[in-house]
Amino acid sequence: MAAPTVTAPSRQDTNSFAASVKDAAIAGALTGVLGFFFLALRTEIAPGGLEVSTRWGVWIVAILIVFAGRLLLNLFVFKTDKPVTRYFSTGKSSASPRLPWLGRALGIFLFLVATVLPFLIIALFPAQQRQFIDLAILIMTYVMLGWGLNIVVGLAGLLDLGYVAFYAVGAYSFALLSTHFEFIGFWTALPLAGMLAAFWGLILGFPVLRLRGDYLAIVTLAFGEIIRIVLLNWYDFTGGPNGISGIPKPTFLGMDFSRGDDGVAAFLGIEYSTIHRFIYLYYIIFLLAIITNLVTMRLRKLPVGRAWEALREDEIACRSLGINTTNTKLTAFAIGAMFGGFAGSFFATRQGFISPESFTFLESAIILAIVVLGGLGSQIGVVIASVVMIGGIELLRNIGFLSQIFGPDFDPVQYRMLIFGLAMVGIMVWKPRGLVTTREPTAVLKEKKRIGADMVAQGEGH
Amino acid sequence: MSAAASTATSPLASWDRDPVLTVEHLTMRFGGLVAVSDLSFNVGRGDITALIGPNGAGKTTVFNCCTGFYKPTEGRIVMRHGPGQQKEAVDAVTASGLRYRAANDGSVYLLERMPDFEISEKAKVARTFQNIRLFGGMTVLENLLVAQHNVLMVASGYTIGGIFGLPTYRKAQAKAVEKAVYWLEHVNLIDRADDPAGDLPYGDQRRLEIARAMCTDPMLLCLDEPAAGLNPRESAQLNELLQFIRNSGTSVLLIEHDMGVVMEISDHIVVLDYGVKISDGDADFVKSDPKVIAAYLGVDDEAEIDIPEVRQEVGAVIEKAGKKGAGTSLHLPEAEKGGKG
Repeated sequence: MAAPTVTAPSRQDTNSFAASVKDAAIAGALTGVLGFFFLALRTEIAPGGLEVSTRWGVWIVAILIVFAGRLLLNLFVFKTDKPVTRYFSTGKSSASPRLPWLGRALGIFLFLVATVLPFLIIALFPAQQRQFIDLAILIMTYVMLGWGLNIVVGLAGLLDLGYVAFYAVGAYSFALLSTHFEFIGFWTALPLAGMLAAFWGLILGFPVLRLRGDYLAIVTLAFGEIIRIVLLNWYDFTGGPNGISGIPKPTFLGMDFSRGDDGVAAFLGIEYSTIHRFIYLYYIIFLLAIITNLVTMRLRKLPVGRAWEALREDEIACRSLGINTTNTKLTAFAIGAMFGGFAGSFFATRQGFISPESFTFLESAIILAIVVLGGLGSQIGVVIASVVMIGGIELLRNIGFLSQIFGPDFDPVQYRMLIFGLAMVGIMVWKPRGLVTTREPTAVLKEKKRIGADMVAQGEGH
Repeated sequence: MSAAASTATSPLASWDRDPVLTVEHLTMRFGGLVAVSDLSFNVGRGDITALIGPNGAGKTTVFNCCTGFYKPTEGRIVMRHGPGQQKEAVDAVTASGLRYRAANDGSVYLLERMPDFEISEKAKVARTFQNIRLFGGMTVLENLLVAQHNVLMVASGYTIGGIFGLPTYRKAQAKAVEKAVYWLEHVNLIDRADDPAGDLPYGDQRRLEIARAMCTDPMLLCLDEPAAGLNPRESAQLNELLQFIRNSGTSVLLIEHDMGVVMEISDHIVVLDYGVKISDGDADFVKSDPKVIAAYLGVDDEAEIDIPEVRQEVGAVIEKAGKKGAGTSLHLPEAEKGGKG
């Protein structure tokens, strides 16, 4: 009985090349017909009426492009048993990991690179060291924000479109505390900012507890806007659109990164350089991000983390097992917000100046996009997505050769959102559950098996 | 009407003498529809009690009231951890306005006042669902660990101790895994402990849900149609499992349509029809009760007239429901949809 089904593909195989060429030829011919009046013929206004001119070159090139493109697609995707797209598509099997060691190896590799990154940059790109270290700081900030939001969206399954509100609360907490009280520096303000942001997380948490799905997303979105507009309009307190400037820089064991005798450079006995402060900032955010990651990984293996994931899977079952879903949701919001607050106060100290403009909905959208793109609940996915998205956007500023193709007026930065959107669409088509689609179990009896995304629920609002 | 069977043998049936759960005058209305009307019954300690009835009789509504998923319109639901009826304690708690009274000699819980998660956590009533509700993306073992949330939460010092990896938490976690393994062995799922729960076949998922409920250390286990969709061999295994659970000290209350399961293992059967109790007693009594036969097999008009008891009973029920302002929908077919909950 199985014989015909076995032989069918092999027969198809022998003819696949001929069929591909034939198919491509048909596509080329169609292009020729369709494009004849648009590409080959051209009418121009001439004295005494229209004049028809021909552009055979353009027409033939179009036909050849379509033919070649169709042929390549046929050979590698449409008419083959092993389409190249299989590497991108989500696996059907739920618990059979491809390359299970890859995630761990990649994680260790990225960690090692991140620990020496500033020195790597100085060694490799001495001319652009400041720019690249600054970019590394920016990426690392988004990695931390992504990890923080991952608790709410990825683990607890609560779609939060207003995460930037907590980033803003953290930033303004530090800015206001440090400008009003002389004795508060970065390191004292950091835990305070985290606590205040967590407090705001609880305040947001209460009204949205009963909401599900789209309604939850809308209320969190509104909350993000409320915070921004309050910051914008409460002129006496926040400075309104003028923002707050003169935010102190972080100190190292109480010492500034200044040229003077009491600066860090003098203390360490090295020559003063402005790059030191950037390296220091990089290590601060690196440390904060690593703490976020370690705490999240730890929490996943604790009852509260399991309750978050259980809540994402089935809230009613959670309640039947004696889990207080109210408290569980609030802890997710509060802890996620706390890390957002830490990142915010780092942002304030790095910039030295903040204004409500930095905390628009676009920021929330980018952070959420990082989490979704990376794969909900995946820590390494967030890193890859941050590097690709934030690094990718910045990279577009440095592509000089494109202007040689498209002319001197071409500015790739203008197209970054377009390219960005296309990349998002592409990834969502091929990997709808994000780059990393498997879930690692939090407790193992005999053998660790990763769980495919098709099994894992996405929670509320997806 | 209550304990009609017991009057024949002894003054009080065992489930009336030592009830773990008492449902008194339970009424549940959804708008104008009365899903459950003035229902009273007892669930005996150490018994397997079956709640049966035709589709739409209101069985799942009773379950949802007992486990806190619905707030009953009227009535009292009492869960007792100590032995006996504890009349004074129950009345004292009812009068005090508290939700429960925990004491060493016997705790009393008024389930109609408690939110759903507290019923599982404090009153120790666990339940399963008619349409299985597992955490599909989590492994079988994780499902059983989530069920031990409250114990582990305390052991982890409400997360703070756990973050720093205190040894108390590690010990508690090892113990929790031990308990999970114990139940996995009893439901024959030990080989699948590291597979996602969503990957299991239907029968295994049913057993896993029971194991998960048992990991909350319940005094009373409520099972909503545990044998639905099982083949005869799996049904027989389920019978064994339920008897094991009963013998290990947990009382069982189940809704079931599979009469093979019900008649074989139940100590006590309560029959509902259109939200009203029509029979209450042991398997032999219920099997021969003409009202039960009428409800299940249906009777034509003449036959109904032939059984005066039925006519009388139905008349009384309609009258009673009418007096309560229940509306006329009680005996109309629409009642079936709402009653299912």
